[in-house]
Parts: sequence; structure tokens; C-alpha cells
Amino acid sequence: MIDLHEILKEAGNHQRDLLGILHRTQAAFGYIPADAVPAIAKHVRLSAGEVFGVLTFYKSFSLEPKGDFTITVCLGTACHVRGASELAGAFERRLGVKVGETTADRKFSLEGANCLGCCAIGPFVVVNGIYYPRATAQTVDAILDACREAKTPA
Amino acid sequence: MKKLSHPDHLLEWKAEIQEEKPAYAKTVVVTAGTCGRSAGALPVIEALKAELGRRTLEDKVGLVVTGCHGYCEMEPSLVIQPKGVFYKQLTPADVPEIVAESLVKDRVVGRLTCDGPGAKGRVPRLKDIPFYRKQLRQLTEANLHIDPLRIEDYVALDGYQGLSRALFDMTSEAVIAEVKASGLRGRGGAGFPTGVKWELCRAAAGHPKYVICNADEGDPGAYMDRSVLEGNPHSVIEGMLIGAYGMGASEGYIYVRGDNPLAVAHISHALGRARKAGLLGENILGSEFHFDIKLVVGAGVYVCGEETSLMASIEGRKPYPRQRPPFPAQEGLFGKPTNINNVETWANVPLILRKGAAAYAAVGTAKSKGTKIFSLIGRIRNTGLVEVPMGIRLREIIEDIGGGVPGGKAFKAVQTGGPAGGCIPARLLDLPIDYDSLVQAGSMMGSGGMVVMDETTCMVDVARYFLDFVQDESCGKCAPCRIGTRQMHEILVRITEGRGEPGDIKTMEDLAATMKAASLCGLGQGAPNSVLSTLRYFRDEYEAHILRKTCPAGVCKITGPADPRVGEPKP
Repeated sequence: MIDLHEILKEAGNHQRDLLGILHRTQAAFGYIPADAVPAIAKHVRLSAGEVFGVLTFYKSFSLEPKGDFTITVCLGTACHVRGASELAGAFERRLGVKVGETTADRKFSLEGANCLGCCAIGPFVVVNGIYYPRATAQTVDAILDACREAKTPA
Repeated sequence: MKKLSHPDHLLEWKAEIQEEKPAYAKTVVVTAGTCGRSAGALPVIEALKAELGRRTLEDKVGLVVTGCHGYCEMEPSLVIQPKGVFYKQLTPADVPEIVAESLVKDRVVGRLTCDGPGAKGRVPRLKDIPFYRKQLRQLTEANLHIDPLRIEDYVALDGYQGLSRALFDMTSEAVIAEVKASGLRGRGGAGFPTGVKWELCRAAAGHPKYVICNADEGDPGAYMDRSVLEGNPHSVIEGMLIGAYGMGASEGYIYVRGDNPLAVAHISHALGRARKAGLLGENILGSEFHFDIKLVVGAGVYVCGEETSLMASIEGRKPYPRQRPPFPAQEGLFGKPTNINNVETWANVPLILRKGAAAYAAVGTAKSKGTKIFSLIGRIRNTGLVEVPMGIRLREIIEDIGGGVPGGKAFKAVQTGGPAGGCIPARLLDLPIDYDSLVQAGSMMGSGGMVVMDETTCMVDVARYFLDFVQDESCGKCAPCRIGTRQMHEILVRITEGRGEPGDIKTMEDLAATMKAASLCGLGQGAPNSVLSTLRYFRDEYEAHILRKTCPAGVCKITGPADPRVGEPKP
């Protein structure tokens, strides 16, 4: 595990370096721990409030740890006209969380994406980088079963 | 790879690459962009490698893994060169037969070839497939020949020779004049003349100057920029180099959407190779010109595609858009003169310098030159990226290239231009597709998404979808957008749930006028367009929802009281 000091040591210390630092922190920890923010802020010479302001603006950064499996439902236009909202709704019902949330056991995070540009295979979901093309509300169980069977997240 | 320090080195390198190229009898080209991979291209490639190895054919048959060829519907697909035989929708199980029949022998595996739509019988060769026949693939053809991880493949196709011509045969003024004469207009949305924009930046006082490539492609249904970055990253780098030379810029940024990891990987790799070859850095090709490019990865916010927001994001500030003027050309990144173009615009620039402005301008209409890549998606047989000359009729795109609407359904409309665009109804099928015709029809070119809709699509639901999108993505800085999108979305939700009221259309039109006039940036100004254009052409559908509590397309789940006249024609 890379620690925060190593990330900061390698990064520049200007405000323009902030986005890159946030990306690397998110990649290293899977989220941005709130107690890392003051150190990041000090490094780029901003207040912690300013850094929180920037990081919470972006959807890719999360202050909460994600689940083992991140299920991303594409909600682009092409997927929408092919029933993506029913698909997202089916995941919400099955997992008991809304899009953007993580299950209490930290097994699944459910995400929506505006368009991932794989319009030919829509509606589709991406689970930890694996694509499930032409998914429907009926195939939701099969996708969740496949996740549960996988011993370690891909 | 040696560092090029003279324009002749580029030509010598090209000659070397061609000389060293193994003389394979056949080459298999597999498309493996994001959509190819998502459809299963990587296992097919692995199976091919294994089968070629098993038959010890590695020295006789070349294997090239490229970016996207555009025909998403048929992914994973491959092309066998030199004959150009195209096989579609492959699985690893198809591989042994392909190798035995088409690579060892010279036979076509009929069942893997295209058989329509729009084709009479089986069509083995790519160039005869209806999807490709009417396209003009000036930019995207190269994707068939380039392994995006090999700068050599780009150089072999005369890559960086446009840059060489600019640096050694032309003054920077002449470069801008050439781009102006080509008639190139911005491919990201507004269609502003690129050369004019460059001139403004060049003339602006301030140092250093910056050029930016906007690769934060976020319009739902548009993915051509990703395909260019993934499949041909050096074309974007060369375009930026030429622009930077013209404008006197010394630093460049590519701001790329983080949701496109393959594009990030390929452009980042390409920047490293270009630097190593002396095509980025100091004294490029031995000239006095210094320029380098930094890559900034976005973090999932749509408004960052707006230029002032994008610059704030690069600076590490909260990426709110700001009032213009001052325009980026006067006061841009870090307060310095800056020029921003999108990926496809930059990728057109080397072509102009290589072919010359006159040859470039020979394609297109009087005011829209060159080609445009569209993503043809939705209720269409041939989903894919299509590159067509400006001025082509919408009908040719939908029917000839796209193969029409599947399942015997009737074509209803096509939505162009993303969330700020609008719908074009079936009766305008003969509309020529160029910047100005699209605006006249109440839509816009936008970044090039074309979402096809048929009789089973509800236009009110489509408007609701886009308002949902812009409402979610509104940054909240200015009231007209923040409140306007929320109000409009709530009205549309009510209408689609059967709780619409007679005054709703008028209220939305009033809101739209305010949002268009008073919003800070394009997101809010364009947000009402999906409502306005569907009202313009499909007002009867709104009225059916509001007055008769029925959804003519049967999409909306009307929860209001049952109406006895459901299904009856409008009185």
C-alpha cells in the first residue's frame, strides 16, 4: 500500500497539482480518507476547506470506501432508449441501495455513468472492469451471482 | 528509437520503418478499442495468437491490434489484409476455422461475413459493406492501419509530415492562414472557425500562451473523440504541435475524461514516444520551436467540458464556469492567452497541412468543410461511428449507412447535438447535415451524437431524460440553470406521470427563454433545447400526455386517472 507521504513527495506543491494528487490518493486507498485532506491541503498550500470544496465537486472522488464490487450501469441516451433505467432500478431493489450508494456490508457499490460510449452493446453494466452486454432487469440476478462466485474482485 | 533533429530524419525514419516491415503474406487486423474490448475482442486476440503459434505461422501472418474501426455493431471484428475481408461478431471458437480457411488457405468463411442490412447476400470485403460504402473516412481510415502503441505506424502513414511542413516551409502566420483557408470549424459543438480562433490567440498579448485539447467528451451518445484518442493518438499530438507553432504557444494540455481509461493509457503512451523521438520538447525536429504537452485526467464532471470550467479544473480550482468575455484567447489558463479545441478538431489539422487547404476544402458544403464523425446509435441497425462528408443527407446516414430502424418499426426522429441539441423529425430526412442546416432545424451539430428514435420512443420522455441529465450536471453557480433545469425537470416528470396541467407548455417556454438568455455557460443556455425542439415538432405528444393522460408511444407509465379516450386520435 502506497502511503500518502509518498504520493505527496512525488507530486508538485502547486494548486494545479491538486487534481493529480486526488486521483492518486483515490487510486491508492480506493477512496479519499477525510483525515488525509489536511495533509494534502498543506502540501498544495490551500485550506482543508478549499480541498474539500474541490474534491466533493467531482463524481470520481469519494470520501467513503467503495464496495468490493463496483457495479456501473451506463445511463447514456442509447442505453436509456433501450431500458437502462429499469436495469438500474432492478439493481437498486436487489441491493437495497440507490445509485451512488454502497451496501452496508461493503460488498457492492452501485454507480450510474452518463455514457461510456459502448452504445452497440447497451444497455450494459461494468463490474470491476468486466462488461456485461445487453443486460436487462432479468439478468441482474445472474450478474450478482457471478460477483458472489468470484472469490476475489477482478 | 533515435531522436529526430532534422526534418530529413523524419523521412529517413519513415523509409527505415517501411524497409524493416516484415513481408507477411497476410495480416490480421483486430479492432480492440473500448467497445471492441467490451464486446469480447481480447479473448479473440488471445485465441488468434495461440492458434498462429500452434501452427507456427507467426512468421507468415502478421497480427495487428488497432483501435476502433467504427462498426460497433459487428464487434469483435477483424480484417484480413491485403484483400480486406471483414469478419464480424467473433468468438474465440471461430478462430481455428479462420486460421485454417482464410490464413492457411485462401478461402472466405461465409458465415462470418456481413449479410446486410442493406446488402444483397454476403459481403466479404470491408469496402463493399453498405455501412462503409458511403462514408469518407479521412480521419478514421488510419485506425485500420495503426497500432496505437506504435508511433512507427503513424510515421509510416506520413505522420508528423504536416508538422515538418509547418515548421520548415511556412511562417506561423502562413500556418494560421492555411487553417483559415481550409474552412475548418470546431468539431466540439459551436462550430467556430478554427483559424479565426487561432488568429485571436496569436494576436493576444501575454506570455506564455497555452493550447488545450478538450478531450472531456461527455455528451451521452458521443464517443468519437475517445475513438480518435484510442486509435490514433499521434494525430491529436501533431495537430496541437501545428497549432502551437502557429499561435506561438509553448505549453499544451490534454484534458481527458477519466471514464475512458484506454484513451488515457494510449495518449499517455503516445506522449512519451513523441517526446523520445524529439517531436515534443526542445528544438523539435531541429527547429527553434519548443513545445510540450501535459496530460490532465478529469474526474467525472460534465461541466468540465465547458472551456472556462475546464481551465479552472486544470488549475486545481473548483471547476465553475465563468462569464465570457474575457475569452480564453485573451485571458485563459493561468490568466494567459489560451486556445482550446476539441479532439476531432485537432485531428483534422495535420490533414490540412498534409493535403493543403484547397484539397481539404474540396470536401463539404460552402460553409462546412471536411468530414464529421457521428456516433449513430439508438434504434438503428448499424450502431457505430460513421465519418461522412459535410452536407450528406440525413437519409443517407440513417438508411444507407445505418441500415434503417430494426424490427420493421417506423423511423421517428434523430436527436443530435447532445443535451444542448434537439430532435430532427422524420419529415426532414432530406436535410443536409452541416452546421447551419442543423441550427435552422432547431438542433445543432454538437459533438456528433446521433440518437435514432422510432415509433416506440416517447419524445416527452426523451426531453425528460435530457433535463434529468442537465439538472444532475448543473454546477449550481448561476440561478437560471440551477433553478431552471430543476423546475423544467419537475414539470416534465409530472407530465410523463400523467399529472401535467394545461399551462405547463407555456411555463416551460417562459423558463426556456430565461435560461437561454441568462445562463452563464452553454450547459444552461442549451439545456432547454431538448424541450423546445420536441415542442416544435412533437407538440401533439405533449398535449396527449397533458390533456388526454396518454403516452402515444406507450413508454410513460401514466399513473393519473384512466382516460376513456386512450388511443383515440386527437379530436
